[in-house]
Amino acid sequence: MTSIKLKLKESEVQQLKEVARSFDNKPGELINVLHKAQEIFGYLPAEVQEVVASELNVSVAKVYGVVTFYSFFTMLPRGRYPISICTGTACYVRGAEKVLDEFKRLLKVPVGETTADGKFSITCLRCVGACGLAPVVMVGDKTYGRVTTDGVKGILKEYEDEV
Amino acid sequence: MNAQDLQDEVQVVTTGCFGFCEKGPIVKVIPDNTFYVSVEPGDAGEIIAEHAIKGRRVDRLLYVDPTNKQQIADSRGMGFYKKQIRIALRNCGLIDPENIDEYLAADGYEAMGRVFAEMSPEEAIQEMIDSGLRGRGGGGFPAGIKWQIASKVEADQKYVVCNADEGDPGAFMDRSILEGDPHSVLEAMVINGYCIGATKGLIYIRAEYPLAINRLKIAIGQARDYGLLGKDILGSGFDFDVEIRYGAGAFVCGEETALIHSMEGERGEPTFKPPFPAQSGYLGKPTNVNNVETFANVPVIFNKGAKWFAGIGTEKSKGTKVFALAGKINNVGLIEVPMGITLREVIFEIGGGIKDGKKFKAVQTGGPSGGCLTEKHLDTPIDFDNLLSAGSMMGSGGMIVMDEDDCMVAVAKFYLDFTVEESCGKCSPCRIGNKRLYELLDNITKGQADKEDLENMRNLCGVIRDSSLCGLGQTSPNPVLSTMDNFMDEYIAHVEEDRCPSGVCKDLIRYEIIPENCVGCTACARNCPVNCIAGERKQLHVIDQSLCIKCNACFEKCKFNAVAII
Repeated sequence: MTSIKLKLKESEVQQLKEVARSFDNKPGELINVLHKAQEIFGYLPAEVQEVVASELNVSVAKVYGVVTFYSFFTMLPRGRYPISICTGTACYVRGAEKVLDEFKRLLKVPVGETTADGKFSITCLRCVGACGLAPVVMVGDKTYGRVTTDGVKGILKEYEDEV
Repeated sequence: MNAQDLQDEVQVVTTGCFGFCEKGPIVKVIPDNTFYVSVEPGDAGEIIAEHAIKGRRVDRLLYVDPTNKQQIADSRGMGFYKKQIRIALRNCGLIDPENIDEYLAADGYEAMGRVFAEMSPEEAIQEMIDSGLRGRGGGGFPAGIKWQIASKVEADQKYVVCNADEGDPGAFMDRSILEGDPHSVLEAMVINGYCIGATKGLIYIRAEYPLAINRLKIAIGQARDYGLLGKDILGSGFDFDVEIRYGAGAFVCGEETALIHSMEGERGEPTFKPPFPAQSGYLGKPTNVNNVETFANVPVIFNKGAKWFAGIGTEKSKGTKVFALAGKINNVGLIEVPMGITLREVIFEIGGGIKDGKKFKAVQTGGPSGGCLTEKHLDTPIDFDNLLSAGSMMGSGGMIVMDEDDCMVAVAKFYLDFTVEESCGKCSPCRIGNKRLYELLDNITKGQADKEDLENMRNLCGVIRDSSLCGLGQTSPNPVLSTMDNFMDEYIAHVEEDRCPSGVCKDLIRYEIIPENCVGCTACARNCPVNCIAGERKQLHVIDQSLCIKCNACFEKCKFNAVAII
């Protein structure tokens, strides 16, 4: 973790505090609060976890323990267009790994990281339940089915002109 | 429809999944049951003009039987549906899941009314026991017995929990039920609550399923408005309400004690049983946990009777099971078949055989906890116990079909990669053992292992299985053991000959150009991402092995079979 403290936006911190209040600041609602926190901030850096801990009156260590336990929570900011490649079994046997390799090659970033311009990030996810469309790739909320290595360039191109 | 002024004649319904994913999008017209496949937006006009107005089928959108090339209009005549019996999926693809009236019209909430009016909790539990329904989440524990245990514990508050944390990759039945028929799960939870004396229900669902969550929320709201959830349901004096809890992506949370801890806002680590959740579960109160598919069967059991239900299936596994058929198979989709059906019927009749005419190699059942079954298991009747004795398990019902191009060592490694990532880390055998197991498999796929490693692997598997606390660790060696049992020749080829017979393991293969077949079209060279293929137009091309990254691009691009994997 870096020693430089991230400055959180006051309005977003207030929003988070309201979320905690809406759950009666109960420690048992930690996961629900974290879900909302990730919606507000996009990710869960240490500074956000500290706010959550103090609002729910639990230790920061406990919050950190929960955040790192669940794969849905991330402590790194995602790209503007987060790319998720399904590596569930059905997608795996239909060539998801090659598709993943192609994304890594074209974007020159490993899984879990974001391109230098902050545009794309690559993550793997386990089964979106659309095995009929295997292999499946998601960019943000948009789903691409039956993706081939040849099709990867085309997907990235869709986001080329957008700023 | 509106433009043709047909809105009063024809109703367009957004329904849940038909199950035949391979041929989607699907449009079904009733009452004549015409089943249109691979429909595109532009086809809507023709379906209205021809079918709705003139009553003529649009032949070009009908399903064509791949074996005899005959068109089939009625879904009931298709190989994919013929052998299916739909109980848990009865309403999927039939009703509008966002409209409670449609569920009510399909006998919805009738079972609940009947139980309230005609049965004591004990009688209802007995009915569940008599039905022989076993938990569909993987364990296969008799649901009625589970209810009975929870009913006998005295407490001021009890809970009913629906496990909708479908984490098994390649299984999507729970998602389909919740998206296609959410009320059936709610109805079953109320009945469960009545039986065990619980007034609160919780549905623990993956955050990755936004549509299912949305439809559940709508269903809960509608059921409350109709007085089917809340205080004094149907004047019975019984109160019951349901809340949704979100998972956050942890496979181990499918285990009931881990799930309960996760609902309490903790890390989802399993704890020792006893105490069972039925004795001390959510917030320390007696809790009954059942899976989505298990619940979806419950209303039908009460509507048609335990006897009817027990008449389907095998001696020890009653009813049906939903399987998610995926992988190298022609008809990918969600199917519901009676217990006791054979793998051959599922794969070759319902599934339509292997994709691209390739040879069947194995079918993986039970996800990361299951094993790979082969040709010799094809005629085994599928039920909980037979799958276990064949070295696999029912699990939640994922069925991934593999063909001759799949390397079984790589498949085992794939599952171990999953287990390593998903192990919660509580027990050392699972946390460290699986990691070591993965490393051994990785070495094998790289040609850096010897025969002794195979023996060590087997021993390690035994230790992990015997000394882990929860189902995840106890079953994690299954993919390794079953592939070792059934495909030892592939393991031997990797360790002794440094060869991957299926041509999958990158470190053990190389790409070469066959001089006789190469016409010098330059397709391979142009598509090579690292420019390691040299050769002039109409001249023989050559791959520089020292630069090749084995990306397979040349192999895919060559139209003359001139690139070989050796």
